[in-house]
Amino acid sequence: MMAGGGVRFLVLILVVAICGAASVFQPISDSHRSAAVDVFVPVDGSYKSLDEAYEALKALEILGIDKKSDFSSSTCENVVKVLGSSSSTLKDAFYALNVNGILKCKIGEAGPKDIVSQLQAGVKDAKLLLDFYYSVRGLVLVKEQFPGADISLGNAEAIFRSIKALSQSDGRWRYSSSNPESSTFAAGLAYETLAGVISLAPSELDPSLIQTLKKGILKLFDSIQKYDDGTFYFDEKSVDASQGPISTTASVIRGLTSFAASESTGLNLPGDKIVGLAKFFLGVGIPGDAKDFFNQIDALACLEDNKFSVPLILSLPSTVISLTKKEPLKVKVSTVLGSKAPALSVKLTQALSSKSVDSSVINNQELKFDSDSATYFLDSFPKNFDVGKYTFVFEILVDDSAHEKVYITEAQTKVPVAAIGVIGIENAEIAVLDSDIGSVESQKKLDLTKDGEVSLSANHLQKLRLSFQLTTPLGKSFKPHQAFFKLKHESQVEHIFLMKTSGKKSELVLDFLGLVEKLYYLSGKYEIQLTIGDASMENSLLSNIGHIELDLPERPEKAPRPPLQSTEPYSRYGPKAEISHIFRIPEKLPAKQLSLVFLGVIVLPFIGFLIGLTRLGVNIKSFPSSTGSAISALLFHGGIGAVLLLYVLFWLKLDLFTTLKALSLLGVFLLFVGHRTLSQLAAASNKLKSA
Amino acid sequence: MARSSTSKDAQDLFHSLRSAYLATPTNLKIIDLYVCFAVFTALIQQVAYMALVGSFPFNSFLSGVLSCIGTAVLAVCLRIQVNKENKEFKDLAPERAFADFVLCNLVLHLVIINFLG
Repeated sequence: MMAGGGVRFLVLILVVAICGAASVFQPISDSHRSAAVDVFVPVDGSYKSLDEAYEALKALEILGIDKKSDFSSSTCENVVKVLGSSSSTLKDAFYALNVNGILKCKIGEAGPKDIVSQLQAGVKDAKLLLDFYYSVRGLVLVKEQFPGADISLGNAEAIFRSIKALSQSDGRWRYSSSNPESSTFAAGLAYETLAGVISLAPSELDPSLIQTLKKGILKLFDSIQKYDDGTFYFDEKSVDASQGPISTTASVIRGLTSFAASESTGLNLPGDKIVGLAKFFLGVGIPGDAKDFFNQIDALACLEDNKFSVPLILSLPSTVISLTKKEPLKVKVSTVLGSKAPALSVKLTQALSSKSVDSSVINNQELKFDSDSATYFLDSFPKNFDVGKYTFVFEILVDDSAHEKVYITEAQTKVPVAAIGVIGIENAEIAVLDSDIGSVESQKKLDLTKDGEVSLSANHLQKLRLSFQLTTPLGKSFKPHQAFFKLKHESQVEHIFLMKTSGKKSELVLDFLGLVEKLYYLSGKYEIQLTIGDASMENSLLSNIGHIELDLPERPEKAPRPPLQSTEPYSRYGPKAEISHIFRIPEKLPAKQLSLVFLGVIVLPFIGFLIGLTRLGVNIKSFPSSTGSAISALLFHGGIGAVLLLYVLFWLKLDLFTTLKALSLLGVFLLFVGHRTLSQLAAASNKLKSA
Repeated sequence: MARSSTSKDAQDLFHSLRSAYLATPTNLKIIDLYVCFAVFTALIQQVAYMALVGSFPFNSFLSGVLSCIGTAVLAVCLRIQVNKENKEFKDLAPERAFADFVLCNLVLHLVIINFLG
């Protein structure tokens, strides 16, 4: 979960980094709805757990997709079982009640009473934030679903205070009093719980408590984070938190929405941050994970309909204006889930061209409203609106007539728009020049809109010149992104040259004297092809101009040969030649048998030594007999043997450090024992000498 | 005449050496035997193996030869110290010399094993 969250976070950052400051956010659309059907409808007809079922059903309900009938029976069975048993956990009961709220299963008369008593007991005994959350929210759901049931929170103020006691000074909340780590996700849960307490309390709670909560909310907003494109989000402080930014932000929004709904004095939240939060969720796109999808849709539903401010999103169905088609620029303003916005006016304040950023081509143009399609449009562009890339800056003014909800929009929405048009091509001509003098040998005019049959001939002492002029619809000179000139020999060898655009015209001069080696000294017929392309050009072209017969000198010995052209054009994507790695040849070791023989030979002197010893009459008569000295003598010899054994092990597999460590231990032992043995021997021999 | 005298002298020399040697105490003879054994092993390694096969791997060859020579040298030191006829080392107890011998041998073998590779 964590690794997935981390990867999603990275993807979000990458997406945002590419978008830059001006970006378009689209409200929830039908592509979301069709993706939701794929993500949330279970494959085998039933959900694995109640929380999964709740998330899926809630998301489908918000998006307006009705698939309940397919799997409501199995899910309802589960719900009835959980609500009927007295041993279900608070979490299961909470999710079962949530699912029941959507599916409206038939519980029966006895059901609610058991659950109510269980939840009330849960509220009394709760110590952890999650216990409070499940039990209080569960009671709120029971009150909504079973109007006859008698729910009252006896000691509402005490419960409020005990939940509040888990809060931190920076606006975050702890999960329990024993765990010092605070979490923003927990803050969202806490606000939902407190909202539940306020709504279930039999009488009004102390307004000072609610005031401190509002201060806490503003403190929480201090920890909000943002991206460069103006989106805001909440994230956990610690790196290895289990909740990513999507679930944390969704939890906070849920908490704030239920809190604002439960109390009557109204909640004032910074408007630009609310719009930023809405843009964050819309910027996620279509999440692939069911939990992220649910969090996104749920948070957007909370933003759509809440008591503090409802964000409105400006979006463009198409960001390309065609100057030839003369279609109007369409702009849509809607809520985050795509529903209608109230009456408002949209103004295009500036259209900044990418070429001259300070002066604006369009100023303060009001867009007209088309009520049939609920879009705003601009149908007339000024005379000096040329092709190219622009940044359009829109401002929205909401009509301040009495609305129930407070609507809020971005101060200025910047949208990148591209204007395209037909580029005129004039004075296109190709000529062969004599190099030194520069006089024209043959010159032909070209019509680049269709393939031509120009036929030229040149030798290596001459030059080829191609030139043309490109103009925008307004008559200004135009520099295309791509202007390529290709010569293709009969043997399929190709050469590409770039046209140079300077000032008014684009030109290419090929001096064959210098290019002889590049052309691999291949004489013969070359096909000429010209490619002109640009993002703003509606009529990008690729035209075969004709042929040129080139007469080049003979290839000298050392000149490079033309590369072999494969007949199959896609063979360059085939497998490449196999690389054979050259490893260090291992040293030649002597034959194994020889080493073994030699080992035997080495042992011979040792045997000779032993035989010699026996011949000398070696004995161990002076081995001490008394037990104390015998033991120390044995230990001494044993110690030496152990050290030698350690050396053998060292050679076989240990390393120097472990050996030295073991050696130091054995050495100290050996020192003591040896000293004892030898001093005893010395004492014995001294006694003999003196005796 | 001169040849026979030199050979007779040589034989006499050899006999006198042999008889003198037999008089040395047993423990010294043990040490001498040990020295011979070590030197002989070194010779086998050096001459026989290296001449036949070559000195690869060189570090192993070096460690083998040097261990034999080293332990032979230490044994000679021990013999000097233990020999009762040696006036300079009269005060040194032979056990102490033996302890030195053991310790030095252990250190030598540690280094040799490390170098053996």
